[in-house]
Amino acid sequence: MILTRENLINFILAAMLLAVPFAANALGQPFYSTLATRIAILALAATGLNLALGLGGLVSFGHAAFFGIGGYVAGILAAHAFSGDPLLFGLSGSKQMWVIWIVAVIVSGLVGLAIGAISLRTSGVYFIMITLAFAQMVYYFAISWPAYGGEDGLSILVRNQFPGVNTMRPLTFFLICYVVLLLALSLFALIRASRFGTALQAARQNEVRVATVGIQPYRIRLTGFAISAAVTGLAGALFADLNRFVSPSMLSWHMSGELIVLIILGGTGRLFGPLAGAALYVIFEFALGGLTERWQFFLGLILLVVVLFARGGLLGLLAGKAKHG
Amino acid sequence: MVEPVLQISNLVKNFGALRATDGVTLDLRPGEIHALIGPNGAGKSTLIHQICGTLRQDSGSIRFAGQDIGSLGVADRARLGLGRTFQVSSIAPDFSGLRNVMLAVQAKQGSSFRFFKPVMRDMSLINTAMAMLERVGLTARARIPAAELSHGERRQLEIAMALALGSKAFLLDEPMAGMGPEGSKSLTRFLDTLRQEAPILLVEHDMDAVFALADRISVLVYGRIIATGTVEEIRRDPTVRTAYLGDHA
Repeated sequence: MILTRENLINFILAAMLLAVPFAANALGQPFYSTLATRIAILALAATGLNLALGLGGLVSFGHAAFFGIGGYVAGILAAHAFSGDPLLFGLSGSKQMWVIWIVAVIVSGLVGLAIGAISLRTSGVYFIMITLAFAQMVYYFAISWPAYGGEDGLSILVRNQFPGVNTMRPLTFFLICYVVLLLALSLFALIRASRFGTALQAARQNEVRVATVGIQPYRIRLTGFAISAAVTGLAGALFADLNRFVSPSMLSWHMSGELIVLIILGGTGRLFGPLAGAALYVIFEFALGGLTERWQFFLGLILLVVVLFARGGLLGLLAGKAKHG
Repeated sequence: MVEPVLQISNLVKNFGALRATDGVTLDLRPGEIHALIGPNGAGKSTLIHQICGTLRQDSGSIRFAGQDIGSLGVADRARLGLGRTFQVSSIAPDFSGLRNVMLAVQAKQGSSFRFFKPVMRDMSLINTAMAMLERVGLTARARIPAAELSHGERRQLEIAMALALGSKAFLLDEPMAGMGPEGSKSLTRFLDTLRQEAPILLVEHDMDAVFALADRISVLVYGRIIATGTVEEIRRDPTVRTAYLGDHA
């Protein structure tokens, strides 16, 4: 990898996030590990959205659906594993994270494929609204489904397991999330530089041009949307394990909005934009939230400044304009 | 007679009460430049949209490379070898010129569903794209973001992309528009050689270029072709003179 300014900043961001829980551990303040884990998971969810929004220009206002579906996959599998009731077709639940992850990725990817297949026939404001509508449908479905807690949500009594480690230790669970985040970022970087990524980004810049060279923008976008949904779904499964709790709030439109805000704060389409954005967001939430209940008012002001004066987000400020090859 | 590459027959398109394309029949033969001229509002753009697939005709047929393409979408027609440039250049502005052409090369190879290999290290892709850029004279500007290219350079870039598709016919929509006199001259020279690659349907307002390049000219007025013929025939045609050419002839 070439040492550009952006790569250097990315490296520093990744190192800083890694340092927090170790410092917290040394100081005996496990709460900060939880905060860092939250940043890593939100960054992972936003990295998923960044594939659709940043690369593909698809402003999905419904990614909470995938985040929540990932969460419910974790919650439901764990609940069945705990109670011993078979789940579907005689299959049992699971307490193994890697099983949960695979199921979360597949289920949210498939739901993404279905939602995308319909939503991507529209564009602009209509696309935003139709993705929102689908996410709200999933939200109300979860609320009215008493088998898995309905409005009250679903508790995961003991955090799910990963072979060879004790996931109940905050530092261990952070490291799991951190590695998954790095893998997702690698996937993002690979896709962005690939032939598929070229077509996806070209479809954002100029749909007519893509069709004129003989590539159907719809197929490219649909594939991108499904991958995006799968990554955000994986983040949802980890988020459920972090809180040991899943509720319909993971599916609400606030969550979709939050993911978009993270990306804009950090830098749309930038590899580390989601991480920078998630870090800023969680730090604001923690620092301002300690001072006032109305911290989101101040977040709104900051967002306004970013949109008006720093379109590239934090990474745009630090690393300059994005380079596209 | 040689089979035409593109054959449009009795094409009709209505917008409400307006008949924008009124029974147009037109063909493009191998090796020729066929110019389509006509006053503003004659329906040239509507006709082009139907050939490319952005608009669907109400009736009539469009055959290209031996098959009926009248019901295909834009991408499918492009894949059959219909290379197009736009009145206002259509490029991916964030990408360099090179990556724009690489997009066309990968489209030609039908390999846009590869997720892991970085394109900027894919020498086969880069070399093919660079060869196309060299043909249009853009080698030195290959790595500059396309948004920063001049008007004329974007036009060259579009042509490089059409070349990379291995087009069987070129559809050039006012390529001279907005070009300075020098640019027009060099583009005219280039198009003169391009016809050996594939025939060109040239929609153009610049009469100097049309008369210099065209093997045949069709004149479109109010959605109808009022005359088709060689440069000399069109120059002498009295209906064309009154309808369009005026003092140009």
